[in-house]
This record gives sequence, C-alpha cells and structure tokens, in this order.
Amino acid sequence: MLRHTPFHSRTAPLCEGQNWRRWAGYLAAGSYELTHEREYWAIRNAAALLDVTPLYKYVVQGPDAARVLNHIMTRDIAKCAVGQVMYTPWCDDDGKVLDDGTVHRRAEDLFFVTSADPNYLWFCENAQGMRVTIEDVSDATAALSLQGPNSRKILNRLAAGILDGLGYFRTTPMQLRELPTVISRTGYTGDLGYEIWTENQYAEPLWDALMQAGEDYGITPMGILALDVARIEAGLILIETDYTSARRARIEGQKSSPYEINLGWTVNLDKGNFIGKRALAQHKKRGSDWQFVGLDVDWVALENVYAQEGLHPAVAGPAWRQSTPVYADDKWVGYGSSGCWSPILKKYIVLAHIQAPYNEIGTNLNLEVTVEHKRKQAAATVVKTPFYDPARKKK
Amino acid sequence: MANPFDVIVIGGGHNGLINAAYLARARKKVMVLERRHLVGGAAVTEEIFPGYKFSEFSYVVSLLRPEIIRELELAKHGLEILPLPSTFTPTLDHDYIAFWDDHDETRREIYRHSPHDADAYDDYGFQMYQMAKAIRPILSMIPPDPAALSFTELRRLLQLGQFARSLPEKTIYQLYKLMTMSAADFLDEWFDCVPLKGTKTASGIIGTFMGPRSPGTAYVLLHHYMGEIDGAFRAWGFAKGGTGGVSEAIASSARALGVEIRLSAPVSRVIVRNGRAVGVALENGDDLYADTIVSSLDPKRTFLKLVDEKELPDDFVDSIRRFKTRGSSGKVNLALSELPRFAAFESLVRHNDSAAPMRALRGAVSISPSIEYIERAFDDAKYGNFSQRPYMDMIIPSLIDPQMAPPGKHVMSIFVQYAPYNLNGGWNDARREAFGDAVINTLAEFAPNIKSAILHRQVLTPWDVEEITGLTEGNIFAGELALHQLFFLRPAPRWGSYRTPLRHFYQCGSGTHPGGGIMGAGGRLAALEILKDEK
Repeated sequence: MLRHTPFHSRTAPLCEGQNWRRWAGYLAAGSYELTHEREYWAIRNAAALLDVTPLYKYVVQGPDAARVLNHIMTRDIAKCAVGQVMYTPWCDDDGKVLDDGTVHRRAEDLFFVTSADPNYLWFCENAQGMRVTIEDVSDATAALSLQGPNSRKILNRLAAGILDGLGYFRTTPMQLRELPTVISRTGYTGDLGYEIWTENQYAEPLWDALMQAGEDYGITPMGILALDVARIEAGLILIETDYTSARRARIEGQKSSPYEINLGWTVNLDKGNFIGKRALAQHKKRGSDWQFVGLDVDWVALENVYAQEGLHPAVAGPAWRQSTPVYADDKWVGYGSSGCWSPILKKYIVLAHIQAPYNEIGTNLNLEVTVEHKRKQAAATVVKTPFYDPARKKK
Repeated sequence: MANPFDVIVIGGGHNGLINAAYLARARKKVMVLERRHLVGGAAVTEEIFPGYKFSEFSYVVSLLRPEIIRELELAKHGLEILPLPSTFTPTLDHDYIAFWDDHDETRREIYRHSPHDADAYDDYGFQMYQMAKAIRPILSMIPPDPAALSFTELRRLLQLGQFARSLPEKTIYQLYKLMTMSAADFLDEWFDCVPLKGTKTASGIIGTFMGPRSPGTAYVLLHHYMGEIDGAFRAWGFAKGGTGGVSEAIASSARALGVEIRLSAPVSRVIVRNGRAVGVALENGDDLYADTIVSSLDPKRTFLKLVDEKELPDDFVDSIRRFKTRGSSGKVNLALSELPRFAAFESLVRHNDSAAPMRALRGAVSISPSIEYIERAFDDAKYGNFSQRPYMDMIIPSLIDPQMAPPGKHVMSIFVQYAPYNLNGGWNDARREAFGDAVINTLAEFAPNIKSAILHRQVLTPWDVEEITGLTEGNIFAGELALHQLFFLRPAPRWGSYRTPLRHFYQCGSGTHPGGGIMGAGGRLAALEILKDEK
C-alpha cells in the first residue's frame, strides 16, 4: 500500500476530485479541486500550501560533515554558511548527474539534505572512515511548502521571530505558534516561498495553524499538477522527466552531465577533489553538444497548425511530460521534455534538450505538435530560462 | 514647423491606450490626453474607502482579444486575468442553480431541476459553440459596407460569406434565429428550468435598454461561448488588482513603446481646418497639433461635443443624434466586514458539500431567479423608474485577489440593472440613495446578513457614470449593443470603418465595431486602418 503522509488526515478530506498521484511511495494530491487552475493562481497571486513530505531527507552530522558533502556535491559546500541553503546536483565518477537537491547548513557540523531519489547508501559509502553520522529522516520529517506572494505575511502571523529577515536560500529554526520547526526560504515554484520542516508529531497542528493564519490571505492547498506548471515557468528541472539519473539510465546516451542540463553554474572545479571532478573538467573543456533551454512556441503558428484541421489550439490544462521531437527545418535536433500553457505569461512554453548549434538563444526551430492524430510542426524560438522570474522571489 | 506628435488620441480608456500603443508600435509619435487623474476610463480601480479597492465601473474582463494581449505583451506589463469559474443563482424560495466549471457538476445541478434541460444544455452548448466559432472572426475584422461597391468592401463581404458557408445548415438557421429573437423566446425553445433561463437571459440584456422579451437580445448569448474559444488566454475573468489592472498594463505597454500619456488634460474641442482635423484645444487653453487626431470617446461626445456640427454633414449628425446611448444600469460597490451568507447555502451544502458556499462566492452570483423577475425589473425602467427588485450580477474580488481588501475583509461589486438615465424627476442625492437602498433590500432577501456587513457603500447611477467617466448617458458600452447599432452600422451608416467625415480624424472607442466590454478590438482595428490610410 502507498503510504500516507502525516498530513493525510487534513489533505484527504480536501481532495475533492480524489485525484491522487504517486510520489516516492506516498500518496500525493494531484489537485485538490477538480482542476488545478485555482491552485496555480494561488502560487502566483496569493499563497499555496503543498505537502512535500515525500522528498527524501537526510541529516549529516559530525566534524567531517562539510568535508563529506563537499566530496559528494558539485558545489562548494565549504562556502555554505551556517543558515544558508545551496541547491546542487551530485554526480558519479563519470561526471553524470545522479540526483539534485538542497543542502541546508543548520550548524557548523550539522547539515540537512533533500533529494528526489533515495541516497542513503550513496552518502554512507562516500562517508566511510569519516567522523560523520548519516541519518535517513525521510519518514520522520513532515514537510510543507508554502509558496506565493502572501506566504511571508502568513508565516509572520505565526512566527515568534519575524520572517522578513530571512533571505533567499537561507534557513532558520522557527517557533510557529508553539510548534518547533525549521524554515527555509526555498521552493520549486520560482516565486516567493518557504519550506517548513518539522517532526511528524507536529504535522497536523502545523497544517491547521497555516490554514487558519492563511485564510485571510487566500491560502489554497495545492497539488503537484499546479506545481508542475509553476516549476516549468521557473525553468526548474525535474528528475526522470527532464533528465535521467545516471543510476537508472539504461544506455550511456540517457545520462547527462550538469553542463548539458543547464547546471554548469553549480560545478565548482576550483574546490578540492570531489566525485566526478576529473570527468567534469574534461566535459567543460570539450564543451557540450546538448543544452537544456526554453522554447517559446509561436502562437500564430500554433493557431495555423490547428486551423488546418478546423480547430482552435487546445493547450490549457496540466503540463505534459512526453518526449517531443524538435526540428530545425527537417532535421531532428532535440526534444522537449516538459511543457505547458503558462497562464501568467499567456504563452506556450517548453523545456527542451537541443543540440549545438541549434541551442543558441534566438534560434528558430519547430516543435512537433499532434493535431487530430496527425504530426505537424509549429515554429518555436530558443529562449532563456526562467520564463517567469518575479522580483519578489529574492526580495 | 513639424508637429511634435504624429497622432493625438483623445481619452485614455483601454481603447484609446490600445490605439496609441499600436500606432507607436508602427513608430508613430503618439500622445494620449486623459481628462482624469488616472488612465482607464471605465476600466479603473480606485481606493474609494481606505484599504478597499473597487473596480468602480467595469468589473470583469470579457473577450479582451488574444492578439492584443500577445502583440502588446500585456502579460509582461503585468496583466493577470484570474479565473471566475462559476455562476451561482439563488432563487426566492431559497433554492438555487449553479453553473460550475466542471461540466458534470453543472449537469448534475441542472438535472436536479430538469432532466430534460440537463441533456438539452449539452446540445445547446454545442450549437452555441459552433455559432460562436463562425462569428468570432468578425470581432477581428473591419466591417464591410454592403452598400459600397468598392473592391475592398466586396472582398470583405466575400470573406464574411466564407465564414458563413463553413457552417452546417442547421447552425445557419439557428444563427438567424439568434439574430432576430428575444433571449427569452430563444431559451424557451431549449429549456424549462426557470432560474436557468433567468440567468442565461441576463447576459442578453446587460447594458441595453431592453428586457429579456425584447427581440434582438438573443445574440448576446453567443458572447459567453466566444470566450470559451479563447480559453487559454482566459478572455473572461477578473483582472488582478481590479479592472484598473488591465488599463495599467496597457498603459505600461504603451509607454514602453514611446507613447506619452498626459493626465488631467481634458480636451474641449477638435480643431478643424478645411474639413481636416489638425489638432485639439485643451480646457486649460493650450492648443496641440498633430497630423492625425483619434477620439476614443463615445460617438455622441466625439461628434456632438468635441466637433462643431457645422463641420459635419447633416445626415451624419442626425445619425449620431439617433445613436442610442440610453444608460440602463448602475453599480453598487460595497466594503464588507464579512462575506454574505445566502439563504440558499443550506440547499447548496445539502446538494454538494460544506465547501460549496465558498466556491460559489469565488465566482459570480447572479440575482436572476426567472425571466419574469428580470422582465418586471425592466417594466419599472420602461416607465422611467429604477427597478425596485433589480437584476444583479455580483462578484467578490477580495476572494479572488486578496489584495483588494484588508485581510479578513471584503469588497463586493454589484452590477445593477435597471436604472434609467432619464429617471422620472431626474437623479439627485436622495434618489441615488433610494436606488442603493432598493439594491441592498433586494440583496437582503437572498443574503440576510448583508446589511450588517456593510462598512461602506458607493452607489453609482448612470448619471454618476456619465459625470465620472464621460460616457454619454452612462451607457456602459458607449452606445447600446443592439443589432441596428452593430457592425457596419456602428456608430453610423457608412462610417463603420473607424474613419469620420473629417479627414485625419478617426474614432476608436467602444462606440465603434465591435464595441462593448474590455475587448480592445476597436482600438486595435482603428490603428490598423489609420496606418493603412497613410500608405
């Protein structure tokens, strides 16, 4: 049976459409209402509350904790200050990405790490002989993500301290009412937002407190369908959708180096030795054939493609996650890995892997579109990501 | 000396701003002159009561053309249109009908009233969609003049014929009925359910001086379905920050394109020399000159107030005088300490769940329990009175966009029909308050807690609408959307193409084709015609 998160007693009655999805062995709401639309707008316009308990979570503690993590991660964890959070991927010896997540430095020798896939064994193997303990707290830690322009106001209503001082990608322990939590200013929406970590026993009162404090600010429980649209707008990559973990790739070609998936900025080749460093240095020198870019699909072209069949474009709804071919003239040059209609940008946007030289910003390409069972092509332009990047995210 | 501006646009409403933006996009130097201290015309958000923001006049975005959103990059300039997913109609016996955004849910609500109607609703929707699809291109085309025998006009007529030809026979017959029948008669052919018909007919009478039984009210029923085709662009909804948010986004886009917008700059007249518009005189005594002058004001204000009649052909002046601009609606904006509790909520919860009332309040609430109710409301207006029990269309913007009111408090926008501009005895402060009382008393029949929840009330009669926005007789569409005032007849025969009898003088407001609502098509199409004339 799929597990229930510690918030299930609260989320289940709200899940009107019984639209449950699977996430890391847990039941996760796809959308609470019959469509995800209002939940999406809550992220951009009010506040949305998402149960992110299914994330894998680890506590890495001990005098060598920073050294161990710095050896695993591509970013320079030594530079991560106490109270800071770093987003980073980690690679195998060939410099191919295994997973990505966040590293929270809660104290000098205490780190909290999140990931999409299980990494306990990987972390332990790479900590052998070091003065460090690694604890898998995935099932013991409840987590909520509160995202949207009103998220800070809501937390300020509950917080003993004031959230105004907590910078982007910073973390702090925080008493919310009487509940002990740790808050990080992180999320997966590209908006102002926070993630709240606590022990399972406080899960239900935490949910209740947030929903109550948020009522006047339009708080809306959100499922992962709305999240998917927001993260595409934010240009954020999703494992097993936009890239395949090197652990699971069946063939070499399915693996990606950070340079190929727009994560080159996370690779610090100047720090000491770390897993995959030598290969990554070569990758960097060689340059990568592939780039992970945004595509802005031309609306008039899309209308024309649909009009050929007497239809109007039908693109609104959940994001798609099927690999979709992209062409330059008639040559196959790559594929879209996820895409959606962006309600806030009023554009049809796609995250895509495109080969050189067709991945330069401004290049005109064609995206395959299936209309009435027929394969057609609509013009699209290579653009920078994020597609949507509001100033309040970092303010 | 060359004029500093190529074009002066009179009026900074959404059409004036759109027109200016398109002209600037074609590298024209454009100035917009707005009488008030803020842009938007009838599409403004104002903080009338401290902390509470009212979409004072126009309160929903309908049919804003997707090409305008795209071409002027309005999303980049802050336009966000939030969903208004449902319509809830309470009835006098404390029952209700609800139209949700989920098809099956809506079907079930209708089925409860009439199994026949539940099935008919699908067929009806399908037919309407087909017709809307055929009609929709008209919103983005220059109306052809059937009496003019030029090649251009004939080509446009031919285009129109092609749209019609693509329709199945059955749809053509329906379309003809839709163009000629009353909304009530048309809906009687499809449905039995009383509140369903009440609510649907209401959309046919908004902004007109007609009742649901007046012929010619049926075709407006199509508008809703046209919005559905533009689904992804969300042509129907609530603008973030209120309706002024739309105007602000357009103004921001216009400014970015180089348009200069001058506020608090009322124009007193258009300066005409030898049958050609050459400039405008401001009320402060300044004269400004430009090669082209565009008016976004309504036709009566444009041609009967800004231009000396002697400069215009007599028959044209006559046509404009006859152009119907009877204001028929008012607006009541409320600041509320708590949400309204409708008596029908008990039934709503029984047939749905405890969350249903909140869902209903996040959409539109329509006081339209039956066709008869609305027709009686019209009866009052026919004889020069405001409706004692009016038709009302309400939304609670603070539930959709929390920034519209302080936390925990709310604003409510109530569109009220009928309130005739020419009230017996005329409007004054006492009559305005009496009108406001009639609205609140009627609402209290449906939502008993409303009176005690009101923190502040703003009542706007058609007279107030005219005073504040300048719309003649307070007509919200700058001229009634009646069949004899549409397409090539809007605003006058032979002048349906944004041109006027004066050279270098154009019109682009809602009083031109296709008119009405925050569509913006007039502003855009007029700009394209102006640019065409230059070539």
